[in-house]
Amino acid sequence: MTNEVETKLITGNEACAEAALVAGMRFFAGYPITPSTEIAECLARRLPKVGGTFVQMEDEIASMAAIIGASLAGAKSMTATSGPGFSLMQENIGYASMAEIPCVVVNVQRGGPSTGLPTLPAQGDVMQSRWGTHGDHPIIVVTPSTVRETYDWTIKAFNLAERFRVPVVVLLDEIVAHISEKIVYPKDAEIEIVDRKITERDPSSYLPYENTDSDIPPFAEFGIGYRYHVTGLCHDETGFPTNDPKKVDKLTRRLNRKIERYRNEIIFYKESFLEEAEICVVVYGSAARSAYRAVSDARKLGYKVGILHLFVLWPFPHEALSKIAKRIKFFVVPEMNLGQMAHEISCATKQEVVKVNRVDGGLITPVEILEKIKSVQL
Amino acid sequence: MSFRYEFRLSGSGGQGLILAGKILAEAAAIFDGKNATQSQSYGPEARGGSSRSEVIVSDEEIDYPKAVNIDLLLCFTQEACDKYCKDVKDDGILLVDKNYVTSTPKGAFKTYSLPITEIAETKMGKALVANIVALGVITRLTGIISQQAVESAILSRVPKGTEELNLKAFNAGIELAEQAG
Amino acid sequence: MFNYNKYLRNDKLPHIWCTGCGCGIVLKSLLRAIERSKIPQDEIAVVSGIGCSSRTPGYLDFNTLHTTHGRAIAFATGLKLAKQKLKVIVVTGDGDATAIGGNHFIHAARRNLDLTVVIYNNYIYGMTGGQVSPTTPAGKRGSTAPYGNVEPAFDISQLAIAAGAPFVARSTCYHAVQLDKYIHKGIIKKGFSVIEVLSPCPTYYARPNRLGNVVDMMEWYKNNSVQIGVARNKSVQEMEGKITIGILHDTERPEFCEVYRELSESIKKQLVK
Repeated sequence: MTNEVETKLITGNEACAEAALVAGMRFFAGYPITPSTEIAECLARRLPKVGGTFVQMEDEIASMAAIIGASLAGAKSMTATSGPGFSLMQENIGYASMAEIPCVVVNVQRGGPSTGLPTLPAQGDVMQSRWGTHGDHPIIVVTPSTVRETYDWTIKAFNLAERFRVPVVVLLDEIVAHISEKIVYPKDAEIEIVDRKITERDPSSYLPYENTDSDIPPFAEFGIGYRYHVTGLCHDETGFPTNDPKKVDKLTRRLNRKIERYRNEIIFYKESFLEEAEICVVVYGSAARSAYRAVSDARKLGYKVGILHLFVLWPFPHEALSKIAKRIKFFVVPEMNLGQMAHEISCATKQEVVKVNRVDGGLITPVEILEKIKSVQL
Repeated sequence: MSFRYEFRLSGSGGQGLILAGKILAEAAAIFDGKNATQSQSYGPEARGGSSRSEVIVSDEEIDYPKAVNIDLLLCFTQEACDKYCKDVKDDGILLVDKNYVTSTPKGAFKTYSLPITEIAETKMGKALVANIVALGVITRLTGIISQQAVESAILSRVPKGTEELNLKAFNAGIELAEQAG
Repeated sequence: MFNYNKYLRNDKLPHIWCTGCGCGIVLKSLLRAIERSKIPQDEIAVVSGIGCSSRTPGYLDFNTLHTTHGRAIAFATGLKLAKQKLKVIVVTGDGDATAIGGNHFIHAARRNLDLTVVIYNNYIYGMTGGQVSPTTPAGKRGSTAPYGNVEPAFDISQLAIAAGAPFVARSTCYHAVQLDKYIHKGIIKKGFSVIEVLSPCPTYYARPNRLGNVVDMMEWYKNNSVQIGVARNKSVQEMEGKITIGILHDTERPEFCEVYRELSESIKKQLVK
């Protein structure tokens, strides 16, 4: 027997819920939807045991609203959903972006559009996760491909949300959400937990949306004496609505700059076998699992092929791709959509990319990727 | 050459195939110290409809988690058997529940047609534990996961108060496989 | 005499409301009720959605949250649950609370979370320029009902009662003294309390419907409001076109925060065992 205490076989959804608790999440509001429901079920069991609150709301709009309210009260908060619910959340995701309320939104992708394929995987929400709400807005989107990565990236999602005061979307899909896999839990000491920066000012001099050097205004929770105003309207440093073009321009640019200027600290990807490669497979989410297998098989056949595995989709790693493009002849992009990221990759690399797409509810197979690698005319 | 073993447990919703898959994976990954994944494909129905649970066991990290070249296929419905038997490896095993699957295809694989549900009903008094009987058969036929590991995984996954019944069902499965040779 | 300045953000005044609008009357009544409740200023949060009434929090010196259209109660739910010592007051309008936010409204009432919801009911969408709302009486005009409203109206208070709110009261901007009392009772009530206030919109409701100026509307409230005690003894015919005011419903039900806390504590006790 090699049974260790910290080793378990759990699903991606369970890993997500457990990781959120480790990150300090103490408020969850959600609405049942396949294939995300196990996250809510797990947290309904776990939160009351740790002094947190679970509430099943009347819909996803309310769920998103409630986690914003809870975050303003100082709680780390989260919701989890899938495509149709994610669509409903968009307006309030924009609110969180505008009012700079840290929160985490887990979207377990399933086939779409509309009700689509409730029980089958897809990656069709990668563009919606970036541009789903209206207006120029900041957001961070991360996407893991294994159970352990789901655990790690859920914690990172909270850290990013707290540090930058933005909503962070964790994009899972039905495969990674429902797969049961061995996870060796990291020790507490190995886990970095970031909390939002709290203002050092006293209430009389506090500006809730102060223009600071960091572009990230320090936070004060509701109910401790600061008595400020929060609105989804364009506002000035005081938090009150304004139509003054100069102030509105300043706000909109700062909101977006606070992510863009730190993009190199946020972006994360893994390169494998790219040093000698002529073909690069750019991949993310559970399709990466197929890509690793395909690339390993292709290399055995003598193909010079490597992988760029993206964990952070937004901000998008344009620089990394354009750098890699200098030595790569072909990019192959497997996605469970019709090429949403392929377009972005094509823009960054200034190359046509070879797309491998599936939109039938099935995970792209290693063979499908391998065939495309073979078909590339070097 | 690295080792990769693929199981597919197929049938209809409500037959406990997803749980059986999770037990197999947990036995291999946690109690036998190998790597294992369990994934599933299912329809919108809570009961009925097709259900498929796949377990990959390997000594390496498992990337692609789906079964494509199956070492062991378990079928609890005729439909599943007809649909999936082509995915079984030449030296693989096709295991069907005799009571549900009346016609088994010919192939290079080895076929076992056993009264799994019948044993669960007659010996255990509960058709519900047919999935655990099947685990016994699978454990014995494949030898990939140790008997002790599967027992431990069963104990960790089944509802409290049903441990004895389930262990009995598991052992009945082992016996059934032994008789089948 | 009570000095409103204590609770006002005077630098945000003058307000954006039209001459004769009822929003200011409700605002002042709300402040008097809060004063009477003696709840510390720092522990009060005022949450609103979108619309004329929802601009109220901006003028008030509390923890104030101006949210998205219809969602005030849902934001307030998270705020309250994550910090239960806060007294969370929602100010909203008829469209905000019962059209786009109708689902949140009835479910919050069912859940019985400790929130105080003050609904300014002016029978119209004011902020967007006079479109009919779920409370516009049938036949009345709005910019989206140029030939008269073809839909029947909601009775907000009855809706709240039916959905499970343990405290429901209705007043009008004419009956401001009563309104103070109802809002105060709503604030100190443990549970989901709803105070519906009929509030005049001279610009977008009275004018297109030729109901006169705000004085005429106040007269109308005065002449057509019937206290609940009196109304109970009147026939349906006698009450036709009249408004019942007063505390319409006051009962006790387990409050959500308390129920959840008890659940949480009992689970923790079992864990210790």
